[in-house]
Parts: sequence; structure tokens; C-alpha cells
Amino acid sequence: MYDAGKVILGVVLFLAILLFPVWYNLAKGQTDAEPELAEPVKGETCVAPTDYMRSNHMDLLDDWRDRVVRDGERIYVDFTGNKHEMSLSNTCLDCHADKAKFCDECHTFMAVEPYCWDCHIIPEATTAGEVTHGT
Amino acid sequence: MRALFSLFAVAVIIVVVVLAVTTDAGRLFFGTILPYAAIAIFLVGMVYRVIDWARSPVPFKITTTSGQQRSLPWIRNSNLESPRNKWGVLGRMLLEVLFFRSLFRNTKADLKDGPRLVYGDAKWLWLAGLIFHWSFLIIFIRHFKFFVEPVPGWVMMIQNLDGFFQVGLPIFYITDGLILAALTFLFLRRVLIPQMRYISLAGDYFPLFVIGGLVISGMIMRYTPLRVDITDAKLMGVGLVTLDPVLPEGLGAIFFVHLTMLTVLLLYFPFSKLTHMAGVFMSPTRNQANDNRVRRHINPWNPEVKVHTYEEWEDEFREVMKAADMPLEKDTESK
Ligand code: HEC
Ligand code: HEC
Ligand code: HEC
Ligand code: HEM
Repeated sequence: MYDAGKVILGVVLFLAILLFPVWYNLAKGQTDAEPELAEPVKGETCVAPTDYMRSNHMDLLDDWRDRVVRDGERIYVDFTGNKHEMSLSNTCLDCHADKAKFCDECHTFMAVEPYCWDCHIIPEATTAGEVTHGT
Repeated sequence: MRALFSLFAVAVIIVVVVLAVTTDAGRLFFGTILPYAAIAIFLVGMVYRVIDWARSPVPFKITTTSGQQRSLPWIRNSNLESPRNKWGVLGRMLLEVLFFRSLFRNTKADLKDGPRLVYGDAKWLWLAGLIFHWSFLIIFIRHFKFFVEPVPGWVMMIQNLDGFFQVGLPIFYITDGLILAALTFLFLRRVLIPQMRYISLAGDYFPLFVIGGLVISGMIMRYTPLRVDITDAKLMGVGLVTLDPVLPEGLGAIFFVHLTMLTVLLLYFPFSKLTHMAGVFMSPTRNQANDNRVRRHINPWNPEVKVHTYEEWEDEFREVMKAADMPLEKDTESK
């Protein structure tokens, strides 16, 4: 083989880059991490079926935002007929009181950093499930 | 025809996957067995290719140059266009790989009325090629988040830059739009320009369609209500690379289409023109310094010439020569 040293260096680099996830996980030793979600403090169901919420909640939030900010609607009737105020801080976090142990659990795992909290208030989580509302 | 054939092949693969993943065996095959096989074939195939190239003799030093070679001290040498040493080669290679410098010099020839032959510049191919490859790389790096836990900061940084404009929810990635536009250009270039259409083979269209399928299925998964729960996708991704494969229930057919497009691409890679990924580093025209006048390049094909030196000849006939009183270069006995 010609230029064996350089070729082998190249091949090793190629494998190291492509197999990055393999050795990185080994180095970090955290192979079975999985988000552990806090139970919602109230409500029987979410504002939409759980399956839908798991994958499409950002769509719903986007829809809420548009309806509130553009159309001035504030009330959302969910699939069970319950009425909710369409509000990020006041509704979602009313039931999912502990943002850090609910929203952030998944988002950190999935490397999502919603920018909503630049403006929207995160109500303080209280263990009793009571929520101090922001505006 | 060749385009249709490739399109048909990709369509068949998609249909087969969509039908197969309704069964457990199908999910196991397309979600675990085939991906592992594809990764193995891709890695072994590419390494084999490179070793094979490295073993091939390079009879001549055939550096392509487009600048002044190093000669007399008062003539300025262009080390990037006509590298005189390995640093020049390295610099030129890096610029080529990162910015497609030689493609930037692409020209087109047109026959105008007259008939007049006119040369002009043609930068669109360079631009689309560059956008395509960089977008692919950035998407590839962003996807590390599906395979590692915790996600490293630099992956987050690239992802946040990619979503810089914060349009839509989930945020639209700039590279998604760019890669689609570039792929469209690269495809239209082949079908709309008659000369290009004439020389394009199925092997040129197939990768375009597979990568197109990969990108479009990914975008469907992110931007449309066909979204899958990507937390499950990550559990599966981490499972794959920690050799502990799992197949969460929730993953929809669209995810398997996405995964299989990649699997097909990996399987196809080492046997196709896509090997240019490794080949560019192995091209004798690009990885050698233009230093013929300084360093002798030995042709490994040079036949071994049988020589009989005077020394050997004298050794052979020493006794006879001595007896005839002939002058000797080396007189062993008189010492
Ligand atoms: C009335 C209380 C209530 C409100 C308001 C509410 N949720 Fe829920 N949410 C729940 C309950 C209860 C569940 C769990 C359902 C289950 O386990 O099947 C849930 C589940 C979820 C899940 C899926 C979690 C999992 O287990 O995978 C997500 C994501 C979610 N909610 C997000 C939201 C968002 C975003 C909002 C605001 C738009 C919101 N929820 C508003 C009560 C609520
Ligand atoms: C630049 C600051 C800003 C950012 C960032 C922002 N919002 Fe808002 N949002 C507002 C303002 C201002 C209103 C109007 C409040 C009102 O009229 O009650 C609003 C209203 C809303 C509403 C309805 C009212 C309420 O109380 O929640 C929703 C839902 C909403 N935003 C969702 C989001 C989501 C989801 C994100 C992140 C993807 C986000 N917003 C990011 C400023 C912001
Ligand atoms: C089951 C896990 C899970 C839970 C719980 C969850 N999210 Fe998410 N969320 C995700 C995932 C995954 C994404 C990214 C989807 C994608 O990239 O396609 C996301 C994206 C978002 C986005 C869009 C952000 C962007 O930058 O694209 C918003 C806004 C959001 N979530 C809000 C919330 C809020 C508010 C809560 C808590 C009430 C919450 N989510 C709870 C998994 C979750
Ligand atoms: C190099 C190969 C790949 C390419 C070019 C590619 C391309 C894409 C593209 C363009 C998207 C759209 C959203 C985005 O840009 O993030 C996407 C999304 C996605 N891809 Fe891939 N993909 C590849 C490999 C994979 C693999 C191996 C997996 C398996 C885990 C995967 C899983 C996903 C998922 C789950 C989404 C949805 C992401 C979201 O909703 O944020 N991809 N892909």
C-alpha cells in the first residue's frame, strides 16, 4: 500500500466521525436515559388526545397563538367538550405545573429549546399543585 | 427513461416499506436488520475501496496544475495552484473539498450565430452543488441528537443557527429549504439541458431521488400532521448505536420510509459514483505535489532491469585477467 500512514489515518478519521454516536455514548455511559414526566396536577385528559399531544403539541400551541393574537378568540373547546382559556402559561402549566419535570424533561432529551419563555412567564411550581399565575 | 426507471425503483421501495411495516416482521427487518446490514456494508465497502485505491500503482506524477510551478527564486510560485510541497497539496485539497474550487472554474461553451463559439462562466452548478453538500452535512450533524444522550452543546448550537429565523412551529430549518432547492436544481439540470439528459444515466438519477425521498420524508415528519413522536425515534436511534435495538410502538410508516431511504443510500454508496466522497482524497491528480523536478517519482511498473556491473564482471574473470596481466580495479591477493 502506498502512503500507508496517511491512508490509515484517513480511514481511522472517517470511522471515528461516522461512529461518533457509538463512542460518545460509551464515553458518557448514559445509554438508557428516557424522559420521566411528572404527572399533571389536575385534569383527566389533556386538551387533545394524549397521542396527538405527544407529537403535535407545538402545532396546537401555534394554532392557539394565532387565534388569540390575530383573531382575539380566547376560549378553546377541547375534544371532550371542556372549555379552556387558550394560554401557554395559564393553561398548559396550570395542569402541567412543574415545567422543569414535564416540558423540559422531553425537550432536554430531544434537544429542543423553545424560545417562548423569552417572553412568557413560567409560573412557580408548587408541590401542592397550586400555581402562581403570571400574566 | 433512465430518470423514470430510477423514480420507479424508489417508488417501489417506498411502497414495499409502507406495506411491510404493518407487520412485526417487516418492522424488525426494516427497522433493525437492514439498517445494521447497511451500516456494515457501507463501512466495510468504503474502507475496502480506499485500501484498493491506495494499493493501485501511480506510475506518473500527474498533478493537475493551473498556476506557476516553483522554479527560479525570482519567479513567484503559486503554491495552491501548483503545490510545491505537502502543505500546498493540503491547502488545495481542503479548499477543493470545502468550497469545490475546481467546479467554480466551470465554463460553458455556446455556439452563437455566425457561427461564433463563445465561452462564458457557469457558476450555478457550483452554487447548487455547494449548497447541497453543506446542507447535507449540517442536517447530518443535527441528526446526532437522535443518537446521543446527552446532546453535545455544539450540536445544539448548529441546530439553533439553522433555525435562526424562528419561522413556524416547529421552527423551520434553513438547510431544509436549501437542500430541497439545490436538489431540484440538480435534477432539472439533468432533464432540461439536452446534452446533460443525453449523458445522464440511471446511476445519476437514482441517488438524487433517494436523497430527495430522504429529505422529503424527513420534512413530512417534522412539518406536517403526519409527525411521529420523535422521542420514540430517539429511543430507537440510541438503541441502534448502543447495540440494544428497540422498536417503539408509536413509530409511523413515514419514519420507516425515512430510515429505509437512508439504508438504501448506504447500501448503494460503496458501489456507485457516490464514492467520490472518499475518491477525491485519493485522486493522483490532486494529492501529489508538483515537484517532479526536485524529487524523483519512481514508477512501480518499471521492469526490473538485469544489470551486470563491471565490478561483478571483474569478480567473475579475476583469475583469467590476472593470468593475462591485465590491470585490475581490485586486486584481492596482492593485499
Ligand atoms: C386540564 C389539564 C391539562 C391541560 C390544560 C393541559 N394538559 Fe397536557 N395532559 C394532561 C393530562 C391529564 C395528560 C396525561 C394524559 C394521559 O396520560 O393519557 C396530559 C398529557 C400531555 C402530553 C403527553 C405527555 C405524555 O405522557 O407523553 C403533552 C405533551 C401535554 N400534555 C402537553 C400539554 C400542552 C402543551 C398543554 C397546553 C396547550 C397542555 N398539555 C394542557 C392535562 C392537561
Ligand atoms: C416576543 C415575545 C414572545 C415570544 C418569544 C412568544 N410569545 Fe406568545 N405571546 C406574546 C404576546 C405579547 C402575546 C399576547 C398576550 C395576550 O394578548 O394575552 C402572546 C400570546 C400567546 C398565546 C395566547 C395567550 C397566552 O396567554 O398564552 C399563546 C398560546 C402563545 N403566545 C404561544 C407562544 C408560543 C408557543 C411561543 C414559543 C414558540 C411564544 N408564544 C413565544 C409574546 C411572545
Ligand atoms: C413527550 C415529550 C414532550 C413533552 C412532555 C413536551 N414536549 Fe414540547 N416538544 C417535544 C418535541 C420532541 C418537540 C420537537 C418536535 C420536532 O422537532 O419535530 C417539541 C417541540 C415543542 C415546541 C416547538 C419548539 C421548536 O423550537 O420547534 C414547543 C413550543 C413546545 N414543544 C412546547 C411544549 C410545552 C409548553 C410543553 C409542556 C406543557 C411541552 N412542549 C411538553 C416533546 C415534548
Ligand atoms: C444522512 C442521512 C439523513 C438525512 C439527509 C436526513 C434528512 C432529514 C431531513 C431533511 C429532515 C427534516 C427535518 C430536519 O432537517 O431536521 C429529517 C427529519 C427527521 N429525521 Fe432524518 N435524515 C437522515 C437520517 C436519519 C436517521 C438515520 C434517522 C433515524 C433515527 C432519522 C430520523 C429523523 C426524524 C425522526 C426526523 C424528524 C425530525 C423532527 O421532527 O424534528 N433521520 N431528516
